[in-house]
Amino acid sequence: MSNLLEVHNVVKQYGDYVALNEVSLNVPKGSIYGLLGPNGAGKTSLIRIINQITLPDSGEVILDGEKLQPKHVQTIGYLPEERGLYSSMKVGEQCLYLAQMKGLSKAEAKKQLDYWFDRLGIQGWWNKKIQELSKGMAQKIQFVVCVLHKPKLLILDEPFSGFDPVNANIIKDEILALKEQGSTIIFSTHRMESVEEMCEHIALIHKSNKLIEGRVADVKRQFRSNSFEVGILTNNVEGLMYDITQKFTVSPASFRSLNDDLKLNIEIGNAAPNELLNVLTQRGQVTHFVEKIPSINDIFIQTVTENKKLNSNN
Amino acid sequence: MSIISLIIKREFVAKVRNKSFVVMTFLSPLLFVAIAVFIGYLSSMKAETKRIAIHDETGIFATDFLKENKKGAEFKYYNLSEIDVKALKDSITKENFNGLIVIPKTANVNDLEGKVEFISNNSPSISFIENTQDIIGEKITKLNLEEAKLDTLAIQKAQSKVNIHLVKASGEESLKGLNEIKIGIGGAFGYLIMMFIIIYGNMVMRSVIEEKTNRIIEIIISSVKPFQLMIGKIVGTSLAGILQFMIWAIIGLGLMFAASAFFGVNVGPTARISPEMMQTAQHEFSGSAQMYIAEMWNLPIASILIGFVIYFIGGYFLYSSFYAAIGAAVDNQTDSQQFLLPIIMPLILSVYIGFFTVVNDPHGSIAVIFSMIPLTSPIVMLMRIPFGVPWWQIAISVSLLFATFFFVVWFAAKIYRVGILMYGKKPSWKELYKWLKY
Repeated sequence: MSNLLEVHNVVKQYGDYVALNEVSLNVPKGSIYGLLGPNGAGKTSLIRIINQITLPDSGEVILDGEKLQPKHVQTIGYLPEERGLYSSMKVGEQCLYLAQMKGLSKAEAKKQLDYWFDRLGIQGWWNKKIQELSKGMAQKIQFVVCVLHKPKLLILDEPFSGFDPVNANIIKDEILALKEQGSTIIFSTHRMESVEEMCEHIALIHKSNKLIEGRVADVKRQFRSNSFEVGILTNNVEGLMYDITQKFTVSPASFRSLNDDLKLNIEIGNAAPNELLNVLTQRGQVTHFVEKIPSINDIFIQTVTENKKLNSNN
Repeated sequence: MSIISLIIKREFVAKVRNKSFVVMTFLSPLLFVAIAVFIGYLSSMKAETKRIAIHDETGIFATDFLKENKKGAEFKYYNLSEIDVKALKDSITKENFNGLIVIPKTANVNDLEGKVEFISNNSPSISFIENTQDIIGEKITKLNLEEAKLDTLAIQKAQSKVNIHLVKASGEESLKGLNEIKIGIGGAFGYLIMMFIIIYGNMVMRSVIEEKTNRIIEIIISSVKPFQLMIGKIVGTSLAGILQFMIWAIIGLGLMFAASAFFGVNVGPTARISPEMMQTAQHEFSGSAQMYIAEMWNLPIASILIGFVIYFIGGYFLYSSFYAAIGAAVDNQTDSQQFLLPIIMPLILSVYIGFFTVVNDPHGSIAVIFSMIPLTSPIVMLMRIPFGVPWWQIAISVSLLFATFFFVVWFAAKIYRVGILMYGKKPSWKELYKWLKY
């Protein structure tokens, strides 16, 4: 799979402040790519560079095999985190205006708008002013505006903020549908559950540096702790504990279970899971046996706090 | 280019559809005419007559003051020379009289210099003082002349007044009133430019701030270059402004005609003046009016109009780029004050220079220098053009203006580019300087 977007060693400085320090990214074509990072990490700076709102001090951005140039704004759709529309302009006119700015003809823009308004069931809003709409309604309009010109690359900064669960779901489905149609989507968010659910690739930016990048599964493998959550019914707890602690590290665990069982976290290190299972089955009835896969949330917090420790040690 | 015209169109439509714009467009001329009519009405009202007491111990001057008592005059004089000065002073404090003139007795009337007093609670107007001094002074002069046995009538006859006839070197005759016309035309155009810059420059600034506070700026800026947006905004706003000005002019003229037809019946042909008088008056009037009109045609009308267009475009774009940059730098209008002052100053300065310096000496060094400086030249040079300005001065001034204009647009675009994405803080001058290097 080739990359739609490649960012090579991009540096951006504001005065003395380094917003991006030699950041490189590879966004595969047709993927949903999660761009993660705490507030002030440099995500917005990077997104603005991809959108050509600002220019990098050094480094380059390659879009679809070409160096980024002004004509590319027409192939990118951008939903900024700071949402906003002209409050006193009518919805329809406003959408037409913004679509024409992205290079659509008026007729084409009208056609696309009809399609999307119909799809989202908002046909009646055409002549309303933005100030008459609720925040969530305005967000929907804004989503429509950024996908009207069928962008190859869609950059969504916190796309679900401001939506109720029902509308968030509608938008999520639309994003997935766009992906099916071949769009590549960059997803910048703090909401880890949506990342977990939708993203195939992630990158973590922290303090102007990229710390992690890769397929979600690969990243998780890299962060696996090789520990298992175990539930077991046994009469001889002392004997069981003795057996396990000979080989593995054990700590108490808590998870929901219907049985009145003993709950343990067991780190097996380099041993095979079967070795643990053998020990367990000899001593009792195994009711629960799950590898503890780190959530992206865990990885995020772990990486950021470790980085903080490193920095404070320096 | 098509994107810029798209922006221009949106800005224009957004401005023109704005309720306050519509209201202002149609209400301002009405207000203006209403104020004019009101002022006219006020000035036609008679002021309250003031009662002035005269205590003349010489007994020479009182009659001359009483001669001034006419119906409808502003002051009414009372000869109260018999009453004690002290009692009169009391009546002033009790406000029975508005003022008291005390003329003491001296051996010789010429000794009165500096001894006449005017007593009142409020300081008198300059014209009143001058009038009083004239009455007393003329009387003394007359007495002196009589004492010297001179014939006052003969002296009056011997006095002469000379009206200077103005002729240009090219041989054309010229009217004295023409200088006022020149100043009037230049001043009107200069003033128009200043008003336009302040009103519509502010509008540009507000519209930039609006996009910032609406947070739509980031979407727009991801499709177009900030420079395109800025230019589109300035042009669109100015087109709306020109439309508004044209509507004002049309409505204003219409209302003025209507008002003069309604109130000014006595200026029309129905006025009750005998036909012969009217004829002679008309003849005289039309004679000089024809000369005025002929002289007006001799003014460099073409260069005035072309100059107006060029300086209007240059000056307006120069200033509104500043306004756009300020709008981009701040978050709300109250923060803009500290940056606006340095912009308003040169505008006001140039109007003052126009009305004081150019009027006295259109080709003096101050007028020439300020008609070269780009920030003041649109107004000052425009006021000089009716007086005839050598073409090389105009050439220098215009090229300086446009050179500065391009520099300022470049500079403003830089501030604009950075500023529109900066939220939540009020920048200092130092920060603005830093932005230039981003």
